[in-house]
Amino acid sequence: MMTNKNKGTVILRKVGLYTALIIGVLLSMFPFYWMFIGATNPSGEIFSIPPNLLPGDHLVENFRNLNDNVNIIRVMINSIVIALTFTFFSVMIASAAGYAFAKYSFKGRDAIFFTLLLAIMIPYHVTLIPLFQLMADLGWLNTYRAVLLPNLAYPFAIFLMRQNMRSIPTSLLEAARVDGAGEFKIFFRVVLPTMKPALAAVAIFLFMFQWNNFLWPLVVLGDSDMYTLPVALSSLVGMSRIDYGQIMMGTTLSTLPIMIFFLLLQRQFISGILGGSVKE
Amino acid sequence: MNDTAKKPAGKKRKFVTPKTAPYFFIAPAVLLFIVFTIYPVVSSLILSFQTSTAGVTSFAGLDNYRRLFADDLFYQALFNTFTILIVQVPIMLTIAVVLAVLMNSALLKMRSFFRIAFFMPAITALVAYAIVFMIMLDENYGFVNYALSWIGIEPIAWLNHPFWAKVSLIIAITWRWTGYNMVILLAGLQNISQDLYEAASIDGAGKVRQFFSITLPQLKPILLFTAVLSTIGTLQLFDEPFILTNGGPNNSTLTISLYLYLNGFRYFDFNYASAIAYVLVVIIALLSFIQMKVLGDDDDK
Repeated sequence: MMTNKNKGTVILRKVGLYTALIIGVLLSMFPFYWMFIGATNPSGEIFSIPPNLLPGDHLVENFRNLNDNVNIIRVMINSIVIALTFTFFSVMIASAAGYAFAKYSFKGRDAIFFTLLLAIMIPYHVTLIPLFQLMADLGWLNTYRAVLLPNLAYPFAIFLMRQNMRSIPTSLLEAARVDGAGEFKIFFRVVLPTMKPALAAVAIFLFMFQWNNFLWPLVVLGDSDMYTLPVALSSLVGMSRIDYGQIMMGTTLSTLPIMIFFLLLQRQFISGILGGSVKE
Repeated sequence: MNDTAKKPAGKKRKFVTPKTAPYFFIAPAVLLFIVFTIYPVVSSLILSFQTSTAGVTSFAGLDNYRRLFADDLFYQALFNTFTILIVQVPIMLTIAVVLAVLMNSALLKMRSFFRIAFFMPAITALVAYAIVFMIMLDENYGFVNYALSWIGIEPIAWLNHPFWAKVSLIIAITWRWTGYNMVILLAGLQNISQDLYEAASIDGAGKVRQFFSITLPQLKPILLFTAVLSTIGTLQLFDEPFILTNGGPNNSTLTISLYLYLNGFRYFDFNYASAIAYVLVVIIALLSFIQMKVLGDDDDK
């Protein structure tokens, strides 16, 4: 039973709660709105007092200018090819390794796994310079493989896959062995299909990592035709005469695909980006 | 299929058996790891003890480290990084805890809408959001100063003043990561048993009292996790200062990572940059250790 006084405080608390959260949402979402608006307006409208907060008609022109400046279509293809290739191979590598660590006992298992875990703690700056020298010595600067290879065995992804693989019932694997299935066949036909949700979460994590990766591609990609989106965007900022419409177009192009993807798959996305730190 | 299993393993010796298979499964990861992680980690350590002049490399002992500890710019970078860390992480985690508690309220409907909205900044590319903030924070034409002028605040030189440049970085990073941490903390809150709160209510404890005597202690392990994660992230801060302020003005936003990058890839002093990298490793290891000791203390009792 609620007394009138109680009802009053509940309503008051509700108002307070929603006000606080809605202010938070506005702060959180406004930069996105402002970026999309900017992508449709000429530079002068974005950079004026009062600023234009309504959509304009410069969408196509901003895209054309951006393409003239940084060859944005090529840059987007670079980003997509690199991120997808990276995601596919690193997911396969991580799930194979994770499966072995979770479901087999073999000599050196714990020592190797512990070494991998240790690597999660190491800041990637430590490897930056020797890796750059290695790529330079191999003549691989300005190539996709220089961007892709160093992070392909991603320790955190291996760790996550191992945690998830532990839930596979050993009896299931034994049954497949009795049926005469080889070890590889078991992995591809039995293990991977049962691990789909975990694979999706880890894939999203790795895709986001590579799509947003900046410092390493900045270091190894010198040729503007090989640039990924973050590197191309940062090169626009360095230009003497900045065209803000173009830049907003560029940031929109790097954000929108991920955003759509996020809205469609938000559950897997959140658990993927949080990297399994949250159990839902 | 069943036949092969029943046959004695005499005729065709299998190469991949349950005994050898795990080595095949870990081989790609281990090979890549040796070449692209272990080798560079060792190589970097060696580089930090060498100098090279005109392409000739020689052993230099601790020279790079000695130079580093006499380098004013390095101290400036350390100071900047730690200032940002000490101010930003507590502010962000406080906001994240408050938001998580609000989001956990039984009165709230549309929880997943709010969760999506708050999480959204965490999916944007660091470079993209840094650029957006750079334009919004422009002194003369930026939206932020325009909005502040409504409430009578004079234009602020966000990116061109040593103090405000740091504030700008803190605002930007807080925008990007608060929702991310809130989602982690919210999951932690949802795992706290309702019985604890009911017992406290019966004992007459108010909401505020409950927050400090139940919520915070129960949340401590997750809070520790987010604190360590944020600390490691902030110590490696690179993309935001690189785009927003380029370390300026007057090196007021020069971070350790940015200084490392400049030494390595502007001045091509790989040896000196490697020494910076190793000092960064030691700092991160020490800080993570201290945080776990200080915040994780109670668990030992």
